[in-house]
Amino acid sequence: MALTFAALCLPFLAALAAPALTRLLGHRAAWPLALVPLAVFLHFLGFGAEIARGEVVTGGYAWVPAYNLSFSWFLDGLSLTFLLLISGIGALVVLYAGGYLRGHPQQGRFFAFLLLFMGAMLGLVAADSFLMLFVYWELTSIASFLLIGFDHGREAARRAALQALVVTGGGGLFLLAGLLILWNVTGLTQFSLLLSFGEEVRASPFYLAMLFLVLGGAFTKSAQFPFHVWLPNAMEAPTPVSAYLHSATMVKAGVYLLMRLSPVMGGTPAWETILPACGGLTLVVGAVLAIRETDLKRMLAQTTVASLGLLVLLTGFGSERAAAAAALYLVAHALFKGALFMLAGILDHETGTRDLTRLGGLAAAMPVTFAATLAAAASMAGLPPFLGFLGKEEVYAALAGGSPRAVVFTAAALAGNGLMVAVALALALKPFLGPRVETPRRPHEAPLLLSLGPALLALAGLAAGLFSGAFHAMLTSPLASAIAGRPETVTAAPVPHAGLPLALSAATLALGLIVYRLLGRARGAADRLVEDIGWGPDRGFDQAMRGLVRVSTAVTRAIQPGRLEVYMTATFAVLALALLVPPAVYGEWPALPLWPAGVPLHELAVMALAVAGVGAVLSARTRLAAILALGIQGFCVAVIFLLFGAPDLAFTQFMVETLSVVILALAMTRLRLEPRDHRPLREALPDAAIAVACGLGVALYLLRIVQGRFDTALTDFFNLYSRTVAHGANVVNVIIVDFRGTDTLGEITVVMVAGLAILSLIRIRKGRGT
Amino acid sequence: MELLFVLLVAVFFAAAVYLMLSKALVRMLLGTVLLANAVNLLLFASGRVLRAVPPIIPAGRDVPAALTANPLPQALILTAIVISFSFFAFLLVLVYRAWQDLGTDVANEMRIAEPEDEPAPPAGY
Repeated sequence: MALTFAALCLPFLAALAAPALTRLLGHRAAWPLALVPLAVFLHFLGFGAEIARGEVVTGGYAWVPAYNLSFSWFLDGLSLTFLLLISGIGALVVLYAGGYLRGHPQQGRFFAFLLLFMGAMLGLVAADSFLMLFVYWELTSIASFLLIGFDHGREAARRAALQALVVTGGGGLFLLAGLLILWNVTGLTQFSLLLSFGEEVRASPFYLAMLFLVLGGAFTKSAQFPFHVWLPNAMEAPTPVSAYLHSATMVKAGVYLLMRLSPVMGGTPAWETILPACGGLTLVVGAVLAIRETDLKRMLAQTTVASLGLLVLLTGFGSERAAAAAALYLVAHALFKGALFMLAGILDHETGTRDLTRLGGLAAAMPVTFAATLAAAASMAGLPPFLGFLGKEEVYAALAGGSPRAVVFTAAALAGNGLMVAVALALALKPFLGPRVETPRRPHEAPLLLSLGPALLALAGLAAGLFSGAFHAMLTSPLASAIAGRPETVTAAPVPHAGLPLALSAATLALGLIVYRLLGRARGAADRLVEDIGWGPDRGFDQAMRGLVRVSTAVTRAIQPGRLEVYMTATFAVLALALLVPPAVYGEWPALPLWPAGVPLHELAVMALAVAGVGAVLSARTRLAAILALGIQGFCVAVIFLLFGAPDLAFTQFMVETLSVVILALAMTRLRLEPRDHRPLREALPDAAIAVACGLGVALYLLRIVQGRFDTALTDFFNLYSRTVAHGANVVNVIIVDFRGTDTLGEITVVMVAGLAILSLIRIRKGRGT
Repeated sequence: MELLFVLLVAVFFAAAVYLMLSKALVRMLLGTVLLANAVNLLLFASGRVLRAVPPIIPAGRDVPAALTANPLPQALILTAIVISFSFFAFLLVLVYRAWQDLGTDVANEMRIAEPEDEPAPPAGY
């Protein structure tokens, strides 16, 4: 158990060490760093026999037991396949990145991001608890953001990174909401337990809400139409990222989630309508867009979109062999697409261009690359005996049937696969055969670090096809069982059997060949189609972002116009409302008070004088009058304190008021006080209304307070312990220096800070003067 | 008796708010002084007022007499007075310095931090 935990943490630790290691070893740091995913791969490979027997492996640690949260993992055929793909391809991609970014000043940072992503992705597919899945899910989005924006000097890269983050990160929030509902409905937080509660989930009245929210997460991550736009744009990232995140692993996280939940949420009419429809549409749209591109990476990215659509289609199709088809195609796609991306990167790296129309006749100069491309593209096109062939046979076996639904989706798969065959042919043949085309750089074979990864992946696709029996027993049968939620045995073999699937495969190849021969015209047709439609989600993203900036600017300017009076007016208006609305709503007005009897004349006189002082401050026309009036009300307040048993307050107030008047007199002689209030009547009236409302509100609250019961607990406490515990006779003083001593310390600090601020304000002036 | 305090607080509070809504910084300054007194009176009255002896324990006794003023609001107000005085002093110097450097004491004419014609943020990425 500890070893599995270590395997899940190791990539994060390696990410921390990567920059230092790269400073030390340069691009050769790729070799030691690749050992990390290799170790993870070998560790999880050790579970292979257990999983192949149909067992599951669980483990983990309690995290917040009170909320039933745990850091726990759950390994079945589905997670194991993903773990092996992520760590296996990860090791090759790290090596590839060592060669691809050789000499790049930020190579260490790149390794760190790549390993960070690897750790997040491993955690995502191993996660048993919902929370863990969500945290890792968002972490992959963040890692993807960092990697797409790696070349942050270019605006296109920044835009693509932001777009990917907004789409996938936003989708993650949908997923979170969906998981929370799932938790609420079942009371479970773990997938391993959830799998046996499918009935309850499907019967829940919240089923549709859960489904839509979960699909919101899965469709954004796995680039289903119309959220597919971020994926081709993510090609701004360096090629190792495209090969790893945006074909083999991260974009499959959505598919993983759907497969994981398919035994729980699948099988309903909604599931079997929405998933195939969206997947089928994505498949066709992606394939058409792929034909339109000439940039190798963007072509591959669009076919990735199409393949993801096919996987979603299969996951939701619900026929007997759909799970097996999804399992086979998933692995086959990861292998050939990862290889093809790396090969496209090699072409770009060694020739200086990745534009299909500017490449040709490279077979002699780059024989290894050519061979690897042929093998990978053959798998993509579905030629026997490659794994892609097995996948395609199984896909057609799953889809083909007599019902109208089967016919529609078989036709969609045929069209999408046919176009993908054309793309595969274009990728494998166009750059290497035919007359030599001049390239920006003189082409030569790629170094070992670059060619090792794609060659091994292409070979793996061939080996898996040839030794399909062992491959199925080890990987695809457990995977298909996990997707279907019941034991499945995959039997697809590399030897063609006569039948409907083979006929459809042949038709696909024929269609692909025709489109390839007419590639120029097909590209023109696809181009025109897209241009005729005009608006797309990509432009929609720009419009949405621009709209967001415009709205937020307008809102900011409206609520922060930079005029103090607006802020003050808003503050006091809200204060008046807060004071007056609740009593009005709840009818909690204070009772009408009686005029107190027997108030001595001198008290009334002092209070009247205070009011007069306030009035004089309001209407003062000269500086001296204002200062004087301010002094009068201050001294009156002091006298009031004195009259009502608070001599300490009175003395302090006398001192403070004296000081205030003196300081004011010193400063005010140099300040200007307008002879009268500058406000015209139309401003003065609303201001006065707000002021009166505030005064009224505070007065009503005070009245309500003094009419209520008085709780003397605190006062009694201080009175009781002032002498007996704190040994002081003046209770107020004891509170200040003893019971609330820390408070007084804070007060002294405030005074000191204010003094320092005043001093520095004065000093600045002096400094400038000299 | 509290009614008189309620009225007093209402007058102080309304006057303070009216002054603080002014555009001239000097009047806002006067408003903060009134506001401090308004709040102090509010605290004082909410602890109930007694025309009674101060909360001082007579010699030879352990607790104050039955009818003494409430010491708790007094302690709170004592802190408040000192803090509002330092706040007042700081504000005064700030207003004075602003007037020296900017040549105005009208808040609306001080637009260095938030200029009137600030350009919109760039639309790109």
